[in-house]
This record gives sequence, C-alpha cells and structure tokens, in this order.
Amino acid sequence: MEPGWRWELSPMHLLRLRRHTQDDDTLSPVLQLDTFKMAVHTPVPVAELLLRRLEASDGGLDSAELAAELGMEHQAVVGAVKSLQALGEVIEAELRSTKRWELTAEGEEIAREGSHEARVFRSIPPEGLAQSELMRLPSGKVGFSKAMSNKWIRVDKSAADGPRVFRVVDSMEDEVQRRLQLVRGGQAEKLGEKERSELRKRKLLAEVILKTYWVSKGSAFSTSISKQETELSPEMISSGSWRDRPFKPYNFLAHGVLPDSGHLHPLLKVRSQFRQIFLEMGFTEMPTDNFIESSFWNFDALFQPQQHPARDQHDTFFLRDPAEALQLPMDYVQRVKRTHSQGGYGSQGYKYNWKLDEARKNLLRTHTTSASARALYRLAQKKPFTPVKYFSIDRVFRNETLDATHLAEFHQIEGVVADHGLTLGHLMGVLREFFTKLGITQLRFKPAYNPYTEPSMEVFSYHQGLKKWVEVGNSGVFRPEMLLPMGLPENVSVIAWGLSLERPTMIKYGINNIRELVGHKVNLQMVYDSPLCRLDAEPRPPPTQEAA
Amino acid sequence: MPTVSVKRDLLFQALGRTYTDEEFDELCFEFGLELDEITSEKEIISKEQGNVKAAGASDVVLYKIDVPANRYDLLCLEGLVRGLQVFKERIKAPVYKRVMPDGKIQKLIITEETAKIRPFAVAAVLRNIKFTKDRYDSFIELQEKLHQNICRKRALVAIGTHDLDTLSGPFTYTAKRPSDIKFKPLNKTKEYTACELMNIYKTDNHLKHYLHIIENKPLYPVIYDSNGVVLSMPPIINGDHSRITVNTRNIFIECTGTDFTKAKIVLDIIVTMFSEYCENQFTVEAAEVVFPNGKSHTFPELAYRKEMVRADLINKKVGIRETPENLAKLLTRMYLKSEVIGDGNQIEIEIPPTRADIIHACDIVEDAAIAYGYNNIQMTLPKTYTIANQFPLNKLTELLRHDMAAAGFTEALTFALCSQEDIADKLGVDISATKAVHISNPKTAEFQVARTTLLPGLLKTIAANRKMPLPLKLFEISDIVIKDSNTDVGAKNYRHLCAVYYNKNPGFEIIHGLLDRIMQLLDVLPGEDKGGYVIKASEVKMKPIKLELKIDERMDFGTMRILKHSKVIREDPEHCLSECPLKIDWCQTSASHNIPR
Repeated sequence: MEPGWRWELSPMHLLRLRRHTQDDDTLSPVLQLDTFKMAVHTPVPVAELLLRRLEASDGGLDSAELAAELGMEHQAVVGAVKSLQALGEVIEAELRSTKRWELTAEGEEIAREGSHEARVFRSIPPEGLAQSELMRLPSGKVGFSKAMSNKWIRVDKSAADGPRVFRVVDSMEDEVQRRLQLVRGGQAEKLGEKERSELRKRKLLAEVILKTYWVSKGSAFSTSISKQETELSPEMISSGSWRDRPFKPYNFLAHGVLPDSGHLHPLLKVRSQFRQIFLEMGFTEMPTDNFIESSFWNFDALFQPQQHPARDQHDTFFLRDPAEALQLPMDYVQRVKRTHSQGGYGSQGYKYNWKLDEARKNLLRTHTTSASARALYRLAQKKPFTPVKYFSIDRVFRNETLDATHLAEFHQIEGVVADHGLTLGHLMGVLREFFTKLGITQLRFKPAYNPYTEPSMEVFSYHQGLKKWVEVGNSGVFRPEMLLPMGLPENVSVIAWGLSLERPTMIKYGINNIRELVGHKVNLQMVYDSPLCRLDAEPRPPPTQEAA
Repeated sequence: MPTVSVKRDLLFQALGRTYTDEEFDELCFEFGLELDEITSEKEIISKEQGNVKAAGASDVVLYKIDVPANRYDLLCLEGLVRGLQVFKERIKAPVYKRVMPDGKIQKLIITEETAKIRPFAVAAVLRNIKFTKDRYDSFIELQEKLHQNICRKRALVAIGTHDLDTLSGPFTYTAKRPSDIKFKPLNKTKEYTACELMNIYKTDNHLKHYLHIIENKPLYPVIYDSNGVVLSMPPIINGDHSRITVNTRNIFIECTGTDFTKAKIVLDIIVTMFSEYCENQFTVEAAEVVFPNGKSHTFPELAYRKEMVRADLINKKVGIRETPENLAKLLTRMYLKSEVIGDGNQIEIEIPPTRADIIHACDIVEDAAIAYGYNNIQMTLPKTYTIANQFPLNKLTELLRHDMAAAGFTEALTFALCSQEDIADKLGVDISATKAVHISNPKTAEFQVARTTLLPGLLKTIAANRKMPLPLKLFEISDIVIKDSNTDVGAKNYRHLCAVYYNKNPGFEIIHGLLDRIMQLLDVLPGEDKGGYVIKASEVKMKPIKLELKIDERMDFGTMRILKHSKVIREDPEHCLSECPLKIDWCQTSASHNIPR
C-alpha cells in the first residue's frame, strides 16, 4: 500500500469518511476527522513523550490529563495515541467519555470581570447616572434589567434631564461571578443543579462531552518506535529485508480509491431489466419510435370517445405544427367512426357525432397503447391470424400539473397478448409470472374502469414497508369495439397490462423526488453510486434510526 | 376517477349494518370501489385552511369513495347503497316506472333558436318528494358530480332543478340576445341582464369555469315558464324564483345540452336515484318535450333493454365453469336482473336505465367476473408458443449504452420536451432551421417543442451538476423528433447518440477518441474507402470550431465541436466542453423483425 492515498485524501473522501463513520456509529465523526488531521501533522515527539510518560506511569494514563501536564492541545495527544495504535500492539487505548462543565466565552469574561449587573452597579456614581448614558455602556442593557430585578438600583423618571438611575444598596455580592469562578476552578460540582441550569440558560456555562483515551502498555510496548514500511518494494524482496521490517497495517476504515468508470442511468438500468423479463417470457418488442401520434391512433382506435376528458387540452399536448395527421387508413377509420357513433360488432356505441377533424389532430402520445393499437392493426392485416406476445417500454407525455412524483413525460411499460380464447384467468396468470420476476409475489386484483379494456383490473401488491396494498399496475382485456374494426377474428382476445417505469424505480432506489431521477436536474452522484438493478433480489434493509 | 364523499353513519344506517373501516374497505375492493380516505369536514378544513378556520366545523366521519368513471349510478349515497345492497343480496333491484300525471302533463317547448348553441333538452317531474337536510344535500351534490363527469363540466349537459309549485307551464326553451335576458339569479338579490351576469361571474370561483361555453355566442340559451319567469340560463345559473329548498315537494328537472344521449342518461340517473324519496317510491312523472320540428317526446326514457348472452361465452371469457343459473344469479347481484332461458344456456339480461355503462356483452362478462370475485378466478398461463424479438434499434441502443459506460462515460436521461430557446437561440441556430415540432398548448416554456438534438439536455445536466468533480463525461442515446411530411403524422423520431466532455480544457482529443471507439464498436473502419468514415473540418466562420464527420460523401451523420461559450452554462466561462452528437439510425440493421412496420 502506498502512503499517498492514505494521507492525501481529497475533500470528497473526507466527506465519505464522515458518512461512513456516521453509519458505523463507532466514533464521534468529528473526533475521527480531527484525529486524521492530527495523525498527519503531529510531530513525532508527542508520541515519544507519551511513551516515556507511559513507561514511568503506574498502569496507564489519561490523554486529557497528559495534555494538561504537557501544556498542549488535547487533540495533539489524541493524534499521537492514534498513530501509536496504528503500529500494532505498542499501546492499548480505551475510549472514555466524560461530561464536564465549561465556561462559554461570555462566561469566561464574567468570571474575570464580573457580571453585567455588577458592572452596571459599579458604574453608577452616588449622584446617579442618566439612564440613556447607562444604556450605552457595554453591559448596559442586560446588566440594567438584572440589576433592577436584584433591586440593586432604581430609576427616577422625574429627573429634570430624563430618567436617572441611582444605587439602592451600598454594596452587593456578585454571586454570578463567584459561581462561574468555582466552575473555572474545576469545582462545578459544588453548585446545585438549579444554579448550573440557570447559568446554562444564560449561556455562560456549557456541558461538554470530552472523549479521552485511557492509554496503557500494549503487549509489544517499547519506547523506541521504528518507522514502519508502507509498501513492499522489489529491493526488500531481493534483499530479503522484508522479513524483518515492520509494516504499517492497512486502514480499512478509510475508503479505497474507486475505479474511474462510466455509469448507466438507474432508470434505464431498470428499463433493461424489464426488457429482459419480457424477453424471458417470449414477448416481442414493438416499435415505439414515434412520440408524435394522431388522435386517431391515440384515442379513436382505442374506442375512447371524442368527448373523453383525456382528450382535453388540460391533459394532452396537442401540436401546432404539424397540427394534423397527413394520412389515416380510411377504410379502418370508417369502421371506427361507425362503431363510435352508431355501434356495431354487438355494441350500442357511444351514439354521438364522430368527427374526422378531431381524429386528425396530432398530439404527443399519452400512452404507448397507441403503438400497441398500430401493432395489432398490422397484425390483423396478416392472414391467417397468428398468436402474438408484444411488449414496449417508452416515453409518453401528459400535460399535467407537475409535482414530486409527476412529470410531463414518463416511461410506460406495456405487455400485450393476442390469442384465441384468452380468459381473465390467463391475464391474471401472465401478470403473476411477470410480477414474480419483479420480486412481487403477493398480488390482488381489483375491478376497475378503463375506456378501452373490459373487463379491467387494477393490480395491487402488498407493500411490506407501508403495510398496505398498493397499486402496481393496470390491466384488462381490450374491448371488442377496439379489436373488431381492426379486422381481428371474433374469437381472438387481447389481454394487456401497463405500469410506469418511474414508480418502481423510485421505490427501488429510494428516491422521493422524481426530478432527482429524470431530467437534467439529476444528481450525478446518485447515478455514480446507484447499485445494480436486481429486481428479484431482497431489498437492502433501510438504515436504522440509531445510526442517524 | 370521481370521488364521492358520504357520511359514514348515514351510509351504515342505509346499509342496515355497521362495518369496521377494514371491512368496508374490503367490500369496496371486491365491488370495484376504493375507500380512498376516512376524514371529516373539520379535518378537511383544517388541512386546507388551518385549525382556526376548522374550529366550528363538523367532525362527523366522512368516507371518500372512488367510483369508476363510467358508473354514474354510484355517484351519490342513494346509488352506492342500492348497488351494494343488491350486490350483497339484501334487496332486489327496484323497478323504475314512468307515470302519467293525473292532471296535465308538464310541457317543455324547444324553439329553433337553440339549434346553434345547445340544441337538446329533456325534462321530468319528481312528484311529492320528501327531503331532509341530508337528502337535499345529496341531491345537490349528485348534480355537481354529474356536471363534473359525464356532463364534461356542463359543456355537454347542464342540469336545472326547480320548485314546480312556483312555476306554471308550459315552459319554453329558447335562445336570446344576452342583453334581452334579464332575471334574478340564484343567491342574488336583484335582477341582472345576462351581459351583467357574465361579468359578475368572471370572479366567481365556481361559475367562472363554465362561462366560456356560451360567452362568445350571439344568443344565450334560456328557459321561461308561461308567465315569463326565468327558470335557468343554462349552463350557467338557475333563476332564484324557482329555487328548491328542503321543503320543496314537487321538482321540475330539465337537462339541456349538446349531446342528446348524455342528456337522457343524466336525467335518468337523477330521477332513478331520488324517486326513492317520492310518495310513490321509484315512480317518475313524465314530461313532454316538443322539438322545433313539432315532434314531441316523453321523458324520462327509463328504458329497460334486454340482452342475450350465452353462458359458455361468459365462462370462456372469464376462465370459470359456472352453471347458467349461477351466472344469472351473479349478474343479478350486479343490478342486472338475469334469467336462464331457451336451451338452458342462454341468459337473458335486463339492463336497467341506471346502467348506461353496459353497451356490449363484454360489459356483462365483466360484471359476472366481479360478482364471482376476481380473486377467486383460477390463474392459468396461455399455451401460446412465441419467439421473442427485440426491436433492432433498441437492441443496438442497449449494446452501445453498455460500451459507452465502459468507455468511462456516464448516462444521462433528459427530457424530450424543451423550450424553443434550448434548441435554437442557445445553440445559435434559427428555430425555423431546426424543423422542430411545436406544441400548441404548453403550460410553460419548458414544453414548447420536442427536442431536435440531445445536446441541450446534456448541457443542462452539466449546469445542474457543476459541483461535481471534473471532468464530467456524459452521454445519452435517445430519440429526437423532426418534422417529416413523408410519415403519416408528419413527424419522425430519430435515434441519436450525444456525448460531451466537460473540463477546464476542451479535451477535443478525448471526444475524438470516443468517436473512434464508437466507430470501432460499430465495425466502421477509418478512411475514405466505401463504408469508412472520415472527419472533415467544415468551414470555420466563427467559434465554435465545427468538424463534420462523413461516413461517405452522401451521408453526414454528425458533428464534433468545441463549445467555448455555451449560453446554457455561460456562468462558467473558464470551462469548455467538447460534444459529439451522432445519428445512429443509419447503422440499424435491416435484420428481420417480426412486427411489420
């Protein structure tokens, strides 16, 4: 091991170290950091002094006491202890923490010069002092009110040139100063709990926790320490000197140097896993590389009526340019029109005036189901019908109000199976297999309403963390009013389900604000640090409260 | 999904038993509802306006229940209770009857002026109704729910309900110039003209949302009684004269709209729900509507329709094996009175006027499945044998992504929508040269266009991560959109790869090296030979330096350049970046994919 990495830590590493130690809850993080600095800068003599004192001592010594005796900063001694610890068994050091009362800066000042109220009292001559003048004194404001409540002074408001302050008593005892001096002399225990807390409230006293080491001789104790090697060199090997040289132990508390590497985006790592799952299940990927879609394919083909709220300006991005689709499959359009306005294929229809202009309106697709509709339409044109399993994962767009979990664009995952005689039981069976691969085994199905599926079911899974059933997807059997106008045979059913890619990813990676995951405001550190996406693996237990 | 809020105790009283919250939640789940929230008026006010305002509010427990968007019959307490009671087989679904009045039938005459603005109207009478405060509140609330949902915020249908005893028919539904309409509207103390009202309501938080429906029309719809009293000016406001109260006994209901089917459904829902409180329960007094062509129709329709579905079809669609008798029983529990007829495999289902959502046999199949219990259905796997294929462009993208990361670049994921400025001004390009598609209704500038290049997203990612240690090496492989009149919609996606290197020095050789690496990965050799790639400096008129990369003379598939002063990260002038956007569609294999394009 080369010493460089150990001593020349970048600020980034120090930050990590701080985090690391906090997680481990071993040492106070601040102390740990300071120790590090000290270990770097402490001149050897402190360690030597310590060893000599230790040799002479009876059993051991306290780091704080030693610092006081040597007249140096406690941290310097702690640094020496840490560097000696790193040598192996030279010393043994036990961390102890003691509570101690210390004066604050203001407390020190009062112990030295007297309390504010005493200083006010002393500054008042027998003939009194104008209150305005008194207030200008450094201790004026605080001291005045305290001295008043102590009844040491009084104010004569009727004096000719404004209120005037006079002494009431001839002399007084500065109790505050006396108590603070006791504390300074190390006799804080002589004060009552009440007195101490009163001084603490005035911010004159503070209770500090002092972490000290009780140092004793180790099994390899010696006052002479030789410099340890940090790295094995070719010379040592050829001369054989490595056999006799002492080596510095590795510090495993510090982080290693991460390799330079590129990183894949967490959301797209999850996307890869979903693709993988579909491929494992024999699903073929549909083309979805058309963000721009006509209302016809996005809504009308799905038997979604033209007055449906989703077709509102408030929910969907429409296009100004190119505003309208140039071509539509007109034969099919006529069948769709008839089904909407008059019914047919066993349906009552919606009985309204269906307009071609409305269907031509271009938009940013609001779901990938538009791509599924195109794929199914193309499938219907191929005779004879062959069963298929399709999937897609791609972007969709909604003109919605944005919040911590909603953006104007997100990824939709969709699975579709078309075959003769598919049942609701088949849909549930496929969903069970799919979700099992995601590591979700407890499923429940709730009746729901979707404009283009009937029956429809929302998929719920039991969330161990939230202790409740949460919705994980939506599914259903495409309506005959959607499939039959396409030209699919009557006995063919198409089952389908969909979910968003962002939601499972946010849960997987513990991200609360979607902007940290998607878009340019992404936190690149999060991208660098994100683990592999293993959807079926047990999630890491959440950090315990203690550690925080 | 609409949310209906009902008083819990009132609900339990009507259901004839109490439930724990968990039990009721379970019942909802089974029936396809969702107990969304348990709260009280006090809690709602305190959440929205603070504890002080909530001080005097009621703490009666409220259940907020999510109802499927097509079940208009469940939008009030009365409907929910009826639905659940029938589902639990505690009551039989009531039969709704239209009756002729003893005296003269109420008449609503539509004049032809309405044709251009709001041509349809339907009407009915609820006779001898008995309200309580709660029933009255529910009646008002149901109208509001219908307005918000099936009525599409009153655009398709608007409902007016009136105290019939204050009016005298026949009524006239006509359209007049706004200045010629004058009346005292609900909750006002004096008369206003329609013009004045439209102005006043501009600041009314509730009504301002409906003004646009008629605002710019030359004539406004209005309904008068035979004495010239204004009943309502749909879809905005009713007259004060005929306002209903808790003590109203006879209610005249009119629904006007642009969608005749929906107007009839709305009227049916209101009268079926509240005829429960009429002296003759579940009977509704007919009203006659005379259309401009002189033809008259009687409403409400309250039509019962018969559908025939084979039992084996239901079994086959759901994946169960129930006897026809059992299936009929299941359907009856869903408010669809059913019986087995004919050869013993046919089920005849009666669709009541409350179930306008049943338009196809598949809706009946779903109800059978709900009554059977979704979670009781045996799960099976389709026997279909299929061979999976990846979409070739995505397959290539997946491969490239991994090798880009292996080359030390980190993947970004940026928005496909952005501002015009992002793709034009900030890159020193004129917007017309971008051939971008433009969005007509963006709420903010962030959503004006679809991106035509991946670069702005990457630059913004760098700008948002300037605290990260340098260098930053980013890439993205994703779609951009360009107008293209050769496609059916007039626009086309292209798959692009863009990489940027951001550091104190431009690092052009790094981005150049990455490019060489990508070419290596794509098995494209350097050199002028056919199929090789060459990099040529383009005409350099000004910064940034621009180099063009040509795979052969015909194909320009990318540029590399150094950006010194990008406007996106301009606060950071001492850093530079190199970028390398590539079009990767060209190297998409023509390998077979089993979904034809």
